Amino acid sequence: MLRDTWVLFRHGVRTTLRQKVGIVFGAVQPLLFLVLFGPLFTTIGTWETLVPGLIIQLGLMSMGLAGFGVVFERSSGVLERLRVTPVSRLALLLGRVLNNAVTLIIQTALLLAAAYALGLRAPAAGVLAGFGLVLVLGVSLAALSYAVALTIDQNLFAPVMSTAVIPLVLLSGSFLPMSMAPGWLDALSHLSPFRYPLEALRELFHGHYANGTVALGVAVTVVFAAVSLTVGTRVFNRENA
Amino acid sequence: MIRTTGLTKTFGDVTAVAGVDITAEPGEIVGFLGPNGAGKTTTMRMLTTLLRPTSGSAVVAGHDLLADPRGVRRRIGYVSQGGAVPPAEPLRGELELQGMLYGLGREESAARTRALLARLELTGLEERPGAALSGGQRRRFDIAFALLHEPVLLFLDEPTTGLDPQSRANLWDHVRALRAERGLTVFLTTHYLDEADALCDRLLIIDHGRIVAEGTPAALKSGGRTLDDVFLDITGRSLREEAGV
Repeated sequence: MLRDTWVLFRHGVRTTLRQKVGIVFGAVQPLLFLVLFGPLFTTIGTWETLVPGLIIQLGLMSMGLAGFGVVFERSSGVLERLRVTPVSRLALLLGRVLNNAVTLIIQTALLLAAAYALGLRAPAAGVLAGFGLVLVLGVSLAALSYAVALTIDQNLFAPVMSTAVIPLVLLSGSFLPMSMAPGWLDALSHLSPFRYPLEALRELFHGHYANGTVALGVAVTVVFAAVSLTVGTRVFNRENA
Repeated sequence: MIRTTGLTKTFGDVTAVAGVDITAEPGEIVGFLGPNGAGKTTTMRMLTTLLRPTSGSAVVAGHDLLADPRGVRRRIGYVSQGGAVPPAEPLRGELELQGMLYGLGREESAARTRALLARLELTGLEERPGAALSGGQRRRFDIAFALLHEPVLLFLDEPTTGLDPQSRANLWDHVRALRAERGLTVFLTTHYLDEADALCDRLLIIDHGRIVAEGTPAALKSGGRTLDDVFLDITGRSLREEAGV
């Protein structure tokens, strides 16, 4: 299983890296927010508050649409060909998801580099810890995205997912912290699982490591990962002899 | 090589395959004929481990389909109806990956890829993406994907649908030669009478999920009838209409 995951991962990374434009393009929206909205935001807030929000936006957009790759593989018959090999279904999922993780690392690093250039001054330890959190969150979201891609009509995937991502981004408090929201919106935003890791990320970027917000963010992320990977594996395993 | 007993698949209230008994001997080319919706593809998807039978049992390539699907997968090759050539990736890398997923080392997989490309007259096309190939070339790449691990049994689902006459004849030659060289057993579905007649040692005709006739093309045609007559008698439909000719 580990070998198959590795073989699929390496092949996927090679394919992804061939499309460098695609990786950068996936990070364009948060980069635009950083450059064109950031200077505005920092008149009332700090880069350390804004950048975590943009990282979550990036993760949601980039990983939420990860399933798009498998839509093509399904329609071209490639996925079915792979399902007739002895490779385990879990390896088929993990090989892809780890490849998505590489994409997310590159994109997040790009965003962070640009943010540092504009004035972000977060401590290295906080950024590294945040990176880990975002990676786990992104990989889980990618697994969930594959499950959706293999379940719904393939023509619906792109419109459904790109629409679903918007309220999730807004409700997590990506652009402005939910503490500024009216009561009903604040209450509603507690339903978004991404609010908690985002608030943890803001704490980490401000150099606060051991508090309830960070613990809650980590806990929600772990639960989200467990659920997503279970669902993803179930869907990849479905309907076999 | 294939032995099924009462293989059945139902989807809700619909019985797609209603207890079929199929056999294929080593080295045989068996043709599976039937009208659209008769259960050909569903049967093939069960035999290739892609679909779990509702009931019945099967031994495929020496392994129990239900108890050891991975054992079955190791020893069979499968070419689906729509093919499985990625449109945008250079195919050599994809072939080498496929070999490695069957446990071959990188060198070994590359060597087998080269040999198969030469064998299927595809050398020189391997750096192209699938979208830049003709239908016949794509079909041969599909077969290359299915043969990298040297299976003993090859499943072909409507292998020549949509190909021009020359490409069809070429593909038949390749299938015959592969059987002669490797003793490969081939199980194929088809709409085409000429294909069934020219390529297959034995035919199974399926209709409404049941095997309704079985025999060599010659035996089925006895009495000067054509295969189309036989098919029309049994299913009430003409195979020519089915094939759109």
